Amino acid sequence: MLEIHRLVQNKFLTKQLFAIFFAIFSICYLQAEGTEHGNEASSSTHSHGVTEETSHHDGAEASAHGAESKKFDAGKMIFDHISDAHDWHLFGEGESSVSIPLPVILYSQSSGLKIFSSSNFHHGHSPYEGFKLNEEGHVLWENESNTEAIYDLSLSKNVVAMIIAVIFLLVVVLRMSRHYTSTKGKAPKGFYNLIEPLILFIRDDIAKPSIGHRSMQFMPLLLTIFFFIFVVNLFGLIPIFPGGANVTGNIAVTMVLALVVFITVTINGNKYYWKHILMPDVPKWMYIIIIPIEILGVVLKPFVLMLRLFANITAGHIIILGFFSLIFIFGSMGPAFGYAVSPLSVVFTVFMSMLELLVAFLQAFVFTLLSAIYIGMAVEEHHH
Amino acid sequence: MSLMNTLLQATDLAAAYSKMGAAIGAGLAAIGAGMGIGRIGGSAMESIARQPESVGDIRANMIVAAALIEGAVFFAIVVCLLILFL
Repeated sequence: MLEIHRLVQNKFLTKQLFAIFFAIFSICYLQAEGTEHGNEASSSTHSHGVTEETSHHDGAEASAHGAESKKFDAGKMIFDHISDAHDWHLFGEGESSVSIPLPVILYSQSSGLKIFSSSNFHHGHSPYEGFKLNEEGHVLWENESNTEAIYDLSLSKNVVAMIIAVIFLLVVVLRMSRHYTSTKGKAPKGFYNLIEPLILFIRDDIAKPSIGHRSMQFMPLLLTIFFFIFVVNLFGLIPIFPGGANVTGNIAVTMVLALVVFITVTINGNKYYWKHILMPDVPKWMYIIIIPIEILGVVLKPFVLMLRLFANITAGHIIILGFFSLIFIFGSMGPAFGYAVSPLSVVFTVFMSMLELLVAFLQAFVFTLLSAIYIGMAVEEHHH
Repeated sequence: MSLMNTLLQATDLAAAYSKMGAAIGAGLAAIGAGMGIGRIGGSAMESIARQPESVGDIRANMIVAAALIEGAVFFAIVVCLLILFL
């Protein structure tokens, strides 16, 4: 009886999630299609008086040819994939690009809270309600001379990707905890066999050696950091929605993670920690050298944590995208070159993706290990 | 020093020279990473040869040390990227 109940719950949750994703995707896709057709209709009525274009199809093909004859800009393509955006680009480029428009949430003193879809900006071509989108995807005032601050709180691509990763983690972890409490003492089955060694690894090889007897107090923080970074890195390697967003390659995200570690260390630092920084155990004349270095170290250690994660993940994504753009760069010289380079490029990309999988796990592990070491240094008891 | 200043003023290639500097910096950073991680790999190999049953411990510590060195190298890479694109 309990088995059937659990089975029904299982199907209910996964089907529900799938249905919600599909519904959001199809609504946004239809809306994107609607605006593209709106653009098509307006452009064709404009050109009707000038040229002999009689069918939509000819007009679409002419614009597609126009886009193809433009030179392939590898740098722009790579930066568009690395950086945050107000819409989730799926495929296509230029006029025929398909993307999911995301909500734009703005707050400013003069115009209050504004929430609208980013498809109103038409990829930066038209201003809306006094705001416009510039080349780099930032929202500015339409009137350039206005210097008032705009607080951009929109659900951009990275925010939505983080929400997706958090929902995935919540589903997995909550179901796992329910499974463990109901089958107490028995071995786990299936997917939990994959996660349990990771959790035990963090507890036994990262937390206990570094923090000592207070390690269980900080286990939730370390587990959250590890699994969040690992899942977000892995999602960034999947090329299509809901993956493909470069979350940890955004320095704001890694800055917040490092800030959390810094606040934890500072709040939990006992008096021996501060004594080691401000009055270390060295001859008095060395204070003038040692104390600035120690104070700098307090800030520098989380800063390097942030930079290490950001640079590793961004560099990996740039390398993979660079190998892909090799195909198009060679292809612009002649289609035969493009086809010839593509097997080589694909092989390199597969190899780099394997390396990126290792880097995704390794960076999460190193971030967690260093956080545990810093927390351990903060709560260390005096021993002489 | 003054020769470089006059060269820069004459040819108006300051932007190009800064990009070349960034590229050379990135290359030097890669050399530093290669040397550091190569030393770690070498000593790991020697210690595995001396005591084959501690392969697991040595492998884990080697990877951790390599990741920490890469952290320093990526700092240099990020500075070079900032020169190129800012």
